[in-house]
Amino acid sequence: MEKFQKLSTTAVPLPMENVDTDQIIPARFLKATTREGFGDNLFRDWRFDNNGQANSNFVLNNPTYTGQVLVAGKNFGCGSSREHAAWALYDYGFRVVVSSFFADIFKGNALNNGLLPVQVSENFLHKIFESIEENPNIEIEVDLENQEIKISETNIAESFDIHPYKKTCLLNGYDDIDYLLSIKTEIQEYEQRI
Amino acid sequence: MGKTLFDKIWDAHVVTQAEGGIDVLYIDRHFIHEVTSPQAFAGLEKRGIPVFRPHQTIATADHNVPTINQHLPIQEKLSRFQVEKLTENCEKFGVELYGLGHPHQGIVHVIGPQLGITQPGMTIVCGDSHTSTHGAFGCIAFGIGTSQVEQVMATQCLLLTKPKRMRITVDGELQPGVLSKDIILYIISQLGTGGGTGYFVEYAGSTIRSLSMEARMTICNMSIEMGARGGMIAPDDTTFNYVLDKQFTPQNKEFETALEKWRALYSDEDASFDLEYHFKAEDIMPMLTYGTNPGMGIGVMEKIPTIEQMDHSKSFQKSLDYMGLSPGQSLLEKPIDYVFIGSCTNSRIEDLRIVADFVKGKNKAKNVEVMIVPGSKQVEAQAKEEGLDKIFEKAGFQLRQPGCSACLGMNEDKVPKGKYCVSTSNRNFEGRQGPGARTILASPLMAAATAIHGKIVDVREELV
Repeated sequence: MEKFQKLSTTAVPLPMENVDTDQIIPARFLKATTREGFGDNLFRDWRFDNNGQANSNFVLNNPTYTGQVLVAGKNFGCGSSREHAAWALYDYGFRVVVSSFFADIFKGNALNNGLLPVQVSENFLHKIFESIEENPNIEIEVDLENQEIKISETNIAESFDIHPYKKTCLLNGYDDIDYLLSIKTEIQEYEQRI
Repeated sequence: MGKTLFDKIWDAHVVTQAEGGIDVLYIDRHFIHEVTSPQAFAGLEKRGIPVFRPHQTIATADHNVPTINQHLPIQEKLSRFQVEKLTENCEKFGVELYGLGHPHQGIVHVIGPQLGITQPGMTIVCGDSHTSTHGAFGCIAFGIGTSQVEQVMATQCLLLTKPKRMRITVDGELQPGVLSKDIILYIISQLGTGGGTGYFVEYAGSTIRSLSMEARMTICNMSIEMGARGGMIAPDDTTFNYVLDKQFTPQNKEFETALEKWRALYSDEDASFDLEYHFKAEDIMPMLTYGTNPGMGIGVMEKIPTIEQMDHSKSFQKSLDYMGLSPGQSLLEKPIDYVFIGSCTNSRIEDLRIVADFVKGKNKAKNVEVMIVPGSKQVEAQAKEEGLDKIFEKAGFQLRQPGCSACLGMNEDKVPKGKYCVSTSNRNFEGRQGPGARTILASPLMAAATAIHGKIVDVREELV
């Protein structure tokens, strides 16, 4: 996994609630057997029409909005457990998703792939949407070490929570599996006990 | 202070605690399928490590398999490649595979219970969010991502923070025509699609106790649709009698020993939950969804909320626009184009019996196409043995071969753009059943009534 420490970029607003993983990456694009290339079909049915033509109303097709931070409405990533949703967002170029609420499985999948889910208050989320609307070039600063998200050129900032273990993993690029493999003897001892 | 059922099982499976109080949880059973496993196998290969406990891992092909002509090679290239990859990986890593053509093949959450692989008190995971189904047996069962599939393959363990506990109690007697699907759609409509996020749910109460195992599975299955990590029901005699004669259930003395342990699987009277909800069975009507998430549900006699009731929510309006429905509208008499009876929610033999019992001697309406997809080869065989296939055929319903099918439209079974489908599946997300498809979730009984009338009716009026 790639390390994540600090990031400051413009952001893409998606002010929709309950964005489910079927929207992030529809099931018919889950047929690959590798982790790469899912970004092409990120938000496929919102991004393209039936003939594969880009839908100009969708934010990813609007050149005004770019950046590595996606800002979305509450309950982002609900639905299916497909990790492909996290892979698609990462592959497209996002490194942070900001929302006021994340679905559990998506959040776990994102953290396992170096994609940082930043949960903010409803109020702060609203302020980000407002700031981007006023100035699409405004940058969002995310500092994992200090657990702080800030709207640049303003003093508006908020701290965010992350499990200390997951924070260490992201800061250093560690995978869960490395840790689990290192305690295999303990796992075997547990199997003997039961 | 007593313990909840959830805590009893969880605590018994903690191998050790890692940094920051994160638990290393031991996993008893790992189900895998073709879609979320290839990258995990590739990860093992890259590290040059085996599947740690291959005999605790069971594979099947279900998500993208065709539901006709399963004896022929899969037509669609990418699906075929993915299914072949699963076969190849299972051979290489020594994992038992119930592939196409195998008498045990079927939807992963249908085959586990019916083969007795799922047993009370277990921890069970699968790279599929509807793994919560197995909670009906008093298991901690939940869906995981592919990185976690790899972790379980490599170590039989996961690193997890313990979720909070919620209990949902439903008491009283259900009205005729109201099924367990209606109970769970009702609960989700009350809690919302994120109402269970961060929690593991235990379903309790006299209504839940009175349900069969198959009906209980339908409830636990949809726990994820309110965001819950999983759902569970304490095992009782209904559970033990179901498990008793299954192929992989321990037999004779071993069964007696297991039973003794299973009987201790309940929440102590003084156990405390972080959140509790109580519902009355009498308040539950046959349910329908009208929007694009499973929380957008109403009783069949109710109307879609108005814009004012929904605080002028843009997401609500977008949902209704997608569905081609209006605020304040009733769904009764709405003409329907497709009926899909299947999925890990409602494709078990009892579901098929309920449908057959209702449609016997009737014909489907001309304007509607009806597809019944059994959950497994075993369900398909049982349906034929009981002559249900003949009833379906006479009524003009197509009985297909097992798979996930039109629940998620990974294979050819899709609903065309703009068409309405009353579906016994679990998700009404935009495009779930095909790009532009409009899904209305309902019980098998409501689906059967829709098929006969070609429009939405109140099934309770049909039962008098």
